[in-house]
Amino acid sequence: MTEPTGESTQTAACTGTPWEDSDTRPFIELRGLSKQFGVFTAVNNVDLEIYQGELFTILGGSGCGKSTLLRMLAGFERPSAGRILIDGVDVSDMPAYDRPVNMMFQSYAVFPHMSVEQNIAYGLKKEGVARSEIESRVSEMLDLVQLKTLARYKPGKLSGGQQQRVALARALVKRPKVLLLDEPLAALDKKLREQTQFELMNIQDKLGTTFVVVTHDQEEAMTLATRIAVMRTGEFVQIGTPSEVYEYPCNHYVADFFGNINIFEATVVNARDGIVTAELEGTGTLVEANHEGPLARGQKIRIGVRPEKLLINRDEPGTAGHTVTRGVVEDLAYYGNRSIYRVRSGSGRVIEVSTQNYQRSAKLLLEWDDEVYLSWDSSCSVVLTE
Amino acid sequence: MKQRSSTFLYSVLSFGFAFLYLPIFVLMAYSFNDSRLATVWGGFSTRWYRALLENQQILDAALLSLNIAAVSATLATILGTLAGLALNRMGRYRGRTLFTGMIAAPLVMPEVITGLSLLLLFVSLQELIGWPSSRGANTITIAHITFSMAYVAVIVQSRLASMDRSLEEAAMDLGGRPFAVTMDITLPLILPAMASGWLLAFTLSLDDLVIASFTAGAGANTLPMVIYSKVRLGVTPEVNALATLIIAVVSMGVLLAGWNMLRQQRAAVEPRSGAT
Repeated sequence: MTEPTGESTQTAACTGTPWEDSDTRPFIELRGLSKQFGVFTAVNNVDLEIYQGELFTILGGSGCGKSTLLRMLAGFERPSAGRILIDGVDVSDMPAYDRPVNMMFQSYAVFPHMSVEQNIAYGLKKEGVARSEIESRVSEMLDLVQLKTLARYKPGKLSGGQQQRVALARALVKRPKVLLLDEPLAALDKKLREQTQFELMNIQDKLGTTFVVVTHDQEEAMTLATRIAVMRTGEFVQIGTPSEVYEYPCNHYVADFFGNINIFEATVVNARDGIVTAELEGTGTLVEANHEGPLARGQKIRIGVRPEKLLINRDEPGTAGHTVTRGVVEDLAYYGNRSIYRVRSGSGRVIEVSTQNYQRSAKLLLEWDDEVYLSWDSSCSVVLTE
Repeated sequence: MKQRSSTFLYSVLSFGFAFLYLPIFVLMAYSFNDSRLATVWGGFSTRWYRALLENQQILDAALLSLNIAAVSATLATILGTLAGLALNRMGRYRGRTLFTGMIAAPLVMPEVITGLSLLLLFVSLQELIGWPSSRGANTITIAHITFSMAYVAVIVQSRLASMDRSLEEAAMDLGGRPFAVTMDITLPLILPAMASGWLLAFTLSLDDLVIASFTAGAGANTLPMVIYSKVRLGVTPEVNALATLIIAVVSMGVLLAGWNMLRQQRAAVEPRSGAT
């Protein structure tokens, strides 16, 4: 495959963690960005820094303001307040057709009356690029998205996945500084999703273009992103790498948004040197957890533990540093590679446990109504104060 | 039981269609009647068609009608498209529903009222600014534009409403300025709707008797007006021949418009999935 020659601003894809390096200049900066529709505030005073070559994902449920944010970046909505800077240039008042940004729409928005080739060439024609250069750049893109054989087809004859690749090529051929992707995988079936996901990541890696992806699908966000911003009611709840937001969620909302989590009500017994000891409500079991930040004795907190962090045993485990609680298997689901158990603990709470079936057995290792011990390493406890 | 109900349904269907089309077929058959009496069959002949071709009054009227229909359909398509675009694009504002309703009102307005009001308008305009100095082909054309424009606006607007707005946004995102986006994306996509609108406006104008009678002056006689005045003196086979020709032209227009709309609907509903 041919590699398009990048502009001076385009370097290799994001390597390392530029967001931790105070010397790196952010590539996209949102400063106090707000958008109001009448009395409704879609985006509320948001600050964000995205670095060159990142594959940044904005994640949130419907109506959280993520699409409005993306549309402001593209230039379809004018911010009510705040500035947008791209590569050091303030683009807040720049119309969409002048911005160094291109977008891949959720509906793909492939022009139905133009062939695949014409679709891809459209942006270059509007830019006034010479005919010969248009030809070579379009053909490069057709190679990149593997649509060479369909170049003269009208989009109506293409499948959903092929139309999406036309939309991607059409946006990328302009060599934008930033590519915006609105729910890029939402309209594809499961198999095609996985394939397209890797294709997107490969293309991003190859071109080094900064990608900003908006999605409501946490799995999509986790697998694609260098960093994720979790958005809710027009504000960012947490911004971090996929493992940060999964393993160290800042509050209950984020913890719950990414997969399942068991939540225990607890009371702080002791908090010192970043280690919290708390008593689980109902059972009196003592839990240890790592937590920075002030906590007072007697304060009510919540302890979260992911299902896969829990160990389930018939016999009492003796490992030190583990929190142990007892319960009865109420329900179980066997998936082949893993099993999920719902265990009713002494306090009456149902705890979900997910285990890898690393032993080979035709019989179930645990049955309904078995008495079991649940345990987890104290480092796996997440303290949630909100 | 099942057999009987289907017989019943078929007879109802054929009776209904017979009721609708039998008079027209009888008329068409009698246009080939050799006899001068409209109700007595005197053998097959095309002499009334020949007589028609020699009748300068009818030929002039037909030419005038076609002329008015073509001009008014073209202008109505331009104005109606603009109206449809405006209604679709101005976003939500107070009174939008009212305006949408008002653009559709001429569709249900009795023709007599439309004709009378336009006549009054032309007369008072003549008194106030001296234009139009006389009523004739011009005033008929203007009158036809006003009512057929509503049809075009409604057709174009419904096409725009079903169009994906992100197509235009995508074009703008790719560097198209608003005017270029309209020319490159919007117009090609609503072209089938505009064509349907034009054909409909053309046939409506060709059909119209009432509004034309109100707004025509002494000199201008459209084809429906000539037929009407002839029929008042008695039905002649010549009129039958003329009517047959008009039916042929009008049904051709309606069929074309319908086929056109069906085609664009199909294209919108099923973007043939699966590559070949």
